[in-house]
Amino acid sequence: MEVGQMQRRLIEYTKSLFMEGILDDQFLQLQQLQDESNPDFVVEVVSLFFQDAERLLNDITSALDQQSVDFPKVDAHVHQLKGSSASVGAQRVKNGCIAFRNFCEEQNVDGSLRCLQQIKQEYYHVKNKLEALFRLEQQIVAAGGSVPMMELSF
Amino acid sequence: MTMIESCNCIEPQWPADELLMKYQYISDFFIALAYFSIPLELIYFVKKSAVFPYRWVLVQFGAFIVLCGATHLINLWTFTMHSRTVAIVMTTAKVLTAVVSCATALMLVHIIPDLLSVKTREMFLKNKAAELDREMGLIRTQEETGRHVRMLTHEIRSTLDRHTILKTTLVELGRTLALEECALWMPTRTGLELQLSYTLRQHNPVGYTVPIHLPVINQVFSSNRAVKISPNCPVARIRPLAGKYMPGEVVAVRVPLLHLSNFQINDWPELSTKRYALMVLMLPSDSARQWHVHELELVEVVADQVAVALSHAAILEESMRARDLLMEQNVALDLARREAETAIRARNDFLAVMNHEMRTPMHAIIALSSLLQETELTPEQRLMVETILKSSNLLATLINDVLDLSRLEDGSLQLDIGTFNLHSVFKEVLNLIKPVASVKKLSVTLNLAQDLPVYAVGDEKRLMQTMLNVVGNAVKFSKEGSISIIAFVAKSESLRDSRAPDFFPMPSDNHFYLRVQVKDSGSGINPQEIPKLFTKFSQSQSSATRNSGGSGLGLAICKRFVNLMEGQIWLESDGLAKGCTATFIVKLGIPERSNESKLPFTPKVPVNHGQTNFSGLKVLVMDDNGVSRMVTKGLLEHLGCDVSTVSSSEECLHVVSHEHQVVFLDVCMPGMDGFELAVTIREKFAKRHEKPLIVALTGNTDKVTKENCMRVGINGVILKPISVDKMRSILSELLEHRVLYEAL
Repeated sequence: MEVGQMQRRLIEYTKSLFMEGILDDQFLQLQQLQDESNPDFVVEVVSLFFQDAERLLNDITSALDQQSVDFPKVDAHVHQLKGSSASVGAQRVKNGCIAFRNFCEEQNVDGSLRCLQQIKQEYYHVKNKLEALFRLEQQIVAAGGSVPMMELSF
Repeated sequence: MTMIESCNCIEPQWPADELLMKYQYISDFFIALAYFSIPLELIYFVKKSAVFPYRWVLVQFGAFIVLCGATHLINLWTFTMHSRTVAIVMTTAKVLTAVVSCATALMLVHIIPDLLSVKTREMFLKNKAAELDREMGLIRTQEETGRHVRMLTHEIRSTLDRHTILKTTLVELGRTLALEECALWMPTRTGLELQLSYTLRQHNPVGYTVPIHLPVINQVFSSNRAVKISPNCPVARIRPLAGKYMPGEVVAVRVPLLHLSNFQINDWPELSTKRYALMVLMLPSDSARQWHVHELELVEVVADQVAVALSHAAILEESMRARDLLMEQNVALDLARREAETAIRARNDFLAVMNHEMRTPMHAIIALSSLLQETELTPEQRLMVETILKSSNLLATLINDVLDLSRLEDGSLQLDIGTFNLHSVFKEVLNLIKPVASVKKLSVTLNLAQDLPVYAVGDEKRLMQTMLNVVGNAVKFSKEGSISIIAFVAKSESLRDSRAPDFFPMPSDNHFYLRVQVKDSGSGINPQEIPKLFTKFSQSQSSATRNSGGSGLGLAICKRFVNLMEGQIWLESDGLAKGCTATFIVKLGIPERSNESKLPFTPKVPVNHGQTNFSGLKVLVMDDNGVSRMVTKGLLEHLGCDVSTVSSSEECLHVVSHEHQVVFLDVCMPGMDGFELAVTIREKFAKRHEKPLIVALTGNTDKVTKENCMRVGINGVILKPISVDKMRSILSELLEHRVLYEAL
């Protein structure tokens, strides 16, 4: 596949992620921060996010597994996750965290578990998508092209 | 020598009669005495009195008297033989006396008229003095009356209570004029009778009433003077008659009762529809007293004063009543407002939560259904999936609409003003609607006026939303025919529309009014239904339109958008099946020449004033969230700052130094108080030029956070997540003004 086609495909793909609400404006901001002095900024941030998120999700899962759930602690974790996801623009994960916090406030274990499931789903979804995105980018770079910048407004 | 020479003696003429001689002798003697003592007395008394204008006359008189006395004295010697010397002396004396007395007599001719006139003047002066005395008496009486009036007035006016005023009046009048009885008759509510309301002596006047149209009463009411009336007339017969006594004179005077409605500014009450009260005053019976003029005057003056005092009292009552009413209304309004606020807050909370709750599953449904659409499906399955998608899109739109509408209603929606390409908005609408229209075989035409500006300043998104809604309705409700869209600049004559009578637009140099008319040849609208169209959730009753779907919110939202844009929107229809024309006018700004033309679908670059490169600016970022920290660091480094990062408060206090010009703190970390940290940092750098600017990063949009930040002295608050451009403008503003509080 030639570079132009791959670039178009990348753009379409990214666009669809935005349309579906998986990513939001913040991701674009991250992309803008990437320049010659910082060529892998986005990948680094996103990798950090993945690490962070997985750790937090594990912590939350084990916390909810306890006999008597320590909701403030869970809330703290969720807060962290929300912050991280907001920083990278993982919109659905962030929204899920917002909903989760309500359940924590109510100390609703069942609601929390359901919410956790959902967040995990969203997280894996966005992880897959982003990984696919990065693969596309790598392919383009490998083929000698440059990664096109997105210019969208909503 | 004869001895019969005649002797020189003089002999009296006739022979001496001894007795007669004696008496004459004695009388002469006394006369002389008297004559000598009179001048002495005169001198004595004149000396005593200070005033005697005629001393010369006195001397003359004195001389005259003395000489007369001398004459008589010398006469004493002439009764007997006396010598010639005596005769000569006697003669001399008599001659002198004659001279002086003649002189005196002549003098008296001048003097006596003078003396008489003195007397006349004296009489005149005495009369004058008596007259003055009388007048003094009169003046004194009048002054006394005046004093009484003043005192009465003072008493009357010292209170604003109607009863006290009237009671005091009667008491004081009674006292001043020494009345036997004094009474006040007030008109009843019907105005046909006078009722005895207040009396001086009787403390509980029984409710006597007297018809108001008696001749004597009319007589009193028709004059503003105190009128003497007969003691036998009904208003004067208040007390039980004590039989043999002669009742004293009675006087009645009218007291105008001024009502608030009588106070016209330019027209002091001379109206005939006035109400009067009647004041009746009775002198003590069996006294010979009569009503004097000054007493009557006193009564008239008092009556006027009472009227004034009563009107003041009436005004005061009114204003107290009005004030009480207002207070009640205030309380009720306050309560209503608070209830409304609570309701709004509750609704907003509900909406916010529901909105989020609803959107999340919606997204899932829409996303997954669209994904499903792209997989292998049987035709039946495809149909089902399409239906699911359509319904969920509709639902998503509905949710958005509801949220928008509620934000519009509580005024929290603001337009996003920007410069945009007006022509392309129309073209976009046309493009969006053409597919749907061509399915229904409707032709759509767009007609843009020549003078329509290409670029305008306004809320592009919402203008497009409005147009889409209007045009969409036109398409929706037309089964066949054509749709025409006309857009032009509205001139002032055409701006005033009879259908929008409250609309008075004022075009100016910076603005123009865009008028868009969308005409369709569809099912039309019953003219009676037109007012309801813009009401939320109302559906027209005809089945044709009901099946076309729609939540009934679209037009309501459009109306609100249009109103926000200071415009008007309305529909006209000639009737069912006769098509419909929707028209709206909105106010748009004219962009300045210097603005570059912007194509749609590019992100707006905010105007930043100040630095765009903050190279070397040393900043410290504190955030416990690794990803967040990294992003913020990347952001600031992109702008050229020299960034250090820390992840806890202790580290922050450790690392922060006077070289750091800005410190970014995340204040919404649970368990760590960013505010305390801010306070500690400030305390650490007491001197001003060394103190770093502290900026709080927060995900919370509430006012409490903002207030807390301001309280601890934080220089600025930023809402996460933040874009590069935002950070750039924030930094430049911060460094310029040293403070920044963006609207959260």
